[in-house]
Amino acid sequence: MAAHRCSRSALLLVLCSLCLFSIAESQETTPAGDHRATGVDNPQSVTGSTEQMAEQPTVVEEEEEEEEDRRWEATRDEVETENTSAPDTSAPTFEVHSSVPKPKDDFQEELVIRPLHSGDIYASFQFRTLWETDFTTGNKVSHYRLFPKSLGQVISKFSVRELHISFTQGYWRTMQWGQPFLPSPPGAELWVWFQDSVTDVDETWKELTNVLSGIFCASLNFIDSTNTVQPSASFKPLGIGNVTDHRFLRYATLPREIVCTENLTPWKKLLPCGSKAGLAVLLKSEKLFHSSFHSQAVHIRPVCKDWQCKTKSWELRQTLNVVFDLHTPGQGKQEWSLFKMFSRTLTEACPLASSSKIYVDITDDPQGEQFEVSPATHLLSQAMVLGDRRTFSLYDLTQQITFGTVRSLNLHIRWKSSEGYIHYQPSKDRVRPHLLEMLVQLPPNSVTEVTVQFERALLKWTEYTPDPNHGFYVGSSVISSLVPSIVAMDTNSTREQPLFSSL
Amino acid sequence: MKILGLLSLLATHLSANSVNIEENAGQFFSSGHTNNWAVLVCTSRFWFNYRHVANTLSVYRSVKRLGIPDSHIVLMLADDMACNHRNPKPATVFSHKNMELNVYGDDVEVDYRGYEVTVENFLRVLTGRLPPSTPRSKRLLSDDRSNILIYLTGHGGNGFLKFQDSEEISNVELADAFQQMWQKRRYNELLFIIDTCQGASMYERFYSPNLMALASSQVGEDSLSHQPDLAIGVHLMDRYTFYLLEFLEDIHPASKSNMNDLFKVCPKSQCVSTPGHRTDLFLRDPGSALITDFFGSVRKVEITMETVNLTDPIEQVEQNFVNEDLQKESYSYVDQLPVSEIIHQGLQLVNNNPGLSHPHLSFTGQSVCCRPSSISSI
Repeated sequence: MAAHRCSRSALLLVLCSLCLFSIAESQETTPAGDHRATGVDNPQSVTGSTEQMAEQPTVVEEEEEEEEDRRWEATRDEVETENTSAPDTSAPTFEVHSSVPKPKDDFQEELVIRPLHSGDIYASFQFRTLWETDFTTGNKVSHYRLFPKSLGQVISKFSVRELHISFTQGYWRTMQWGQPFLPSPPGAELWVWFQDSVTDVDETWKELTNVLSGIFCASLNFIDSTNTVQPSASFKPLGIGNVTDHRFLRYATLPREIVCTENLTPWKKLLPCGSKAGLAVLLKSEKLFHSSFHSQAVHIRPVCKDWQCKTKSWELRQTLNVVFDLHTPGQGKQEWSLFKMFSRTLTEACPLASSSKIYVDITDDPQGEQFEVSPATHLLSQAMVLGDRRTFSLYDLTQQITFGTVRSLNLHIRWKSSEGYIHYQPSKDRVRPHLLEMLVQLPPNSVTEVTVQFERALLKWTEYTPDPNHGFYVGSSVISSLVPSIVAMDTNSTREQPLFSSL
Repeated sequence: MKILGLLSLLATHLSANSVNIEENAGQFFSSGHTNNWAVLVCTSRFWFNYRHVANTLSVYRSVKRLGIPDSHIVLMLADDMACNHRNPKPATVFSHKNMELNVYGDDVEVDYRGYEVTVENFLRVLTGRLPPSTPRSKRLLSDDRSNILIYLTGHGGNGFLKFQDSEEISNVELADAFQQMWQKRRYNELLFIIDTCQGASMYERFYSPNLMALASSQVGEDSLSHQPDLAIGVHLMDRYTFYLLEFLEDIHPASKSNMNDLFKVCPKSQCVSTPGHRTDLFLRDPGSALITDFFGSVRKVEITMETVNLTDPIEQVEQNFVNEDLQKESYSYVDQLPVSEIIHQGLQLVNNNPGLSHPHLSFTGQSVCCRPSSISSI
């Protein structure tokens, strides 16, 4: 009987160990889930990772944030006895039982779309983070929420007072496109104001450029004394302050620097929502770099916190300006949509943003005669832009109604077909000339210029005239227009009148 | 009787299982490395060398997919093909014709680009002798437990590799650099892959331990390119790396393929050149070295059955800044274009240096009225 008992316990032991091994094996076979999460910089991933091994591998940053919220709410509900209203999940704060401390940082995002006269379209993204903190005094800032940590460390380590860096590809055509929101030169441009506590500005400048070259994946380490200047009259600080000793200012530009996806990637990572939610989902490199003009910039400066201006806030602005051009010739202007420009539509605002808006500039067309924006919105907004009062159609992404029933927003801007007609017959060497006929509707009180570029072909030596110094004569162009005239209406030509009056 | 039979069955199953676990555990720790690094270099400039950039990016893509993070990859591209004005599809680099696979991707991080890709920078990255202000992303911060993958591609010859058509690195220099790395304990095992003409000449001179090398062609042979794309107008990939990429696409992080499979990639029938390899300096048997030892990343997974209790929600302490001396006066913005100040500054400069001539300044004595300049608010 002892043997029987022994074997039973041994059997139990064997069964237990078998169970353990099977569990171990099943947990080994889900290693892939964590791989995708390594790229996402998520400070709260430690608590969430064990749960998520069983979930889908696509870990979204804000998904974890929301889970975090639900977990916070759960613990709070357990502790509190009375019911409290659900907190505003659009800006998750660390709310506690008693008074809610107002978060000291704030993030706003906006997109301005401006259809240009030439048929191109100008899109300008602006992401702004405001943070009331002090990088310059002794106590080190260690808790970062919306402000990116890499830039915060740069500011405190190098005693930066202001930093402006831009990467631009293309050339801004003012004649055709008007004024940009923020001009920037092609290539890379960097200008920095240091605090007056810095003793060796050149040394700090060298280190700063090296660190920035690592952050933005650009060859900013080529900035040295040969391409750095200290402007004495221009580039005054755009932030608050009173000292403007230009010994603390450095300006450098690298005109040959290219901008490509490797510069956009770290730029997107500085945003609180990354490129996962909000307006930044539209920033896809394949479309952004297929444009006439692309410029991305980062601006950091201290600003007034409120109108009294007794406390200082740090402002981080990330701007991205892009001009998409149209390609179809002669068919009139085409239709633009968010999907056509960015190959994406919008489904939600960034949950960390206090405001998320799209503005469509309709100043040139207030009655909706030239182009039509859909889906229509009743919200209008007026703003002064570069000294000009402009009107915008406003889309608020924090309102669910903006997305409608399809849960996605795809703005369309359709140019109303101005009936035109173009007939062009190209020339054939020694056979026929160019013929260009255009039916054009001229806007009133304006000057319209029509230019045609042509190339000169070489003549055979037998084709030279005896006096080639004369050059060639080009025929005049003919404008036919309909002019209201009483005489032309009169078909009765039997009355006595001079010949010229019946022309 | 029946119980005994069942028990013996269970026992054998158990013993078989345990042996399997031991084998797995043994293999897990046999390679001796704890982290992985990759240094991927494309040394060619100019649009017609598009394929070299595509080569490097396809290895980058595989390595990232198998787990090595960007912080452990040093990517050096000597020229920009993706945003080149000749590229009909900007921000893309394709490896297969008909634009099937964009190896550039959407989250690439290039550490050294353009003029920064020089022999000096490459050797400095390998040996770690970089100026102190170099950022982390541009450093190879490996230690004696790192497995490093080094991939070079470009134009080469017998005993040298050309960098950007302006300088060369010789096989002797490369071998010495690896010896420096060994002496400074900067690697545990190193896999060196080179896809250039006469690539095998580059690993002839190695003499440091724990090196394994692969090349796309022998001395005297040219490595050939794979296929052109008519829309882009250039050859997209080199043959060796093309088949290497195809081979790597089948590898996943838990794959057990070993180096012997890698040596079989691209036989002469596909590559036209004869790929070569060198394993005499490698201390382990190549058959026991997994592909993921170099192309993937080590993951130490500790499985625990314990549960962790979450702490209470963090209470945000209302942090009042030290305001003993309250800022009584308010801040203000600076005048953007203080014309009178600027002119005064210039006058001062002239007064201090009478020899200076300022043709642009007018000394008419008129007072320039200061106008509040309109700051264009962004």
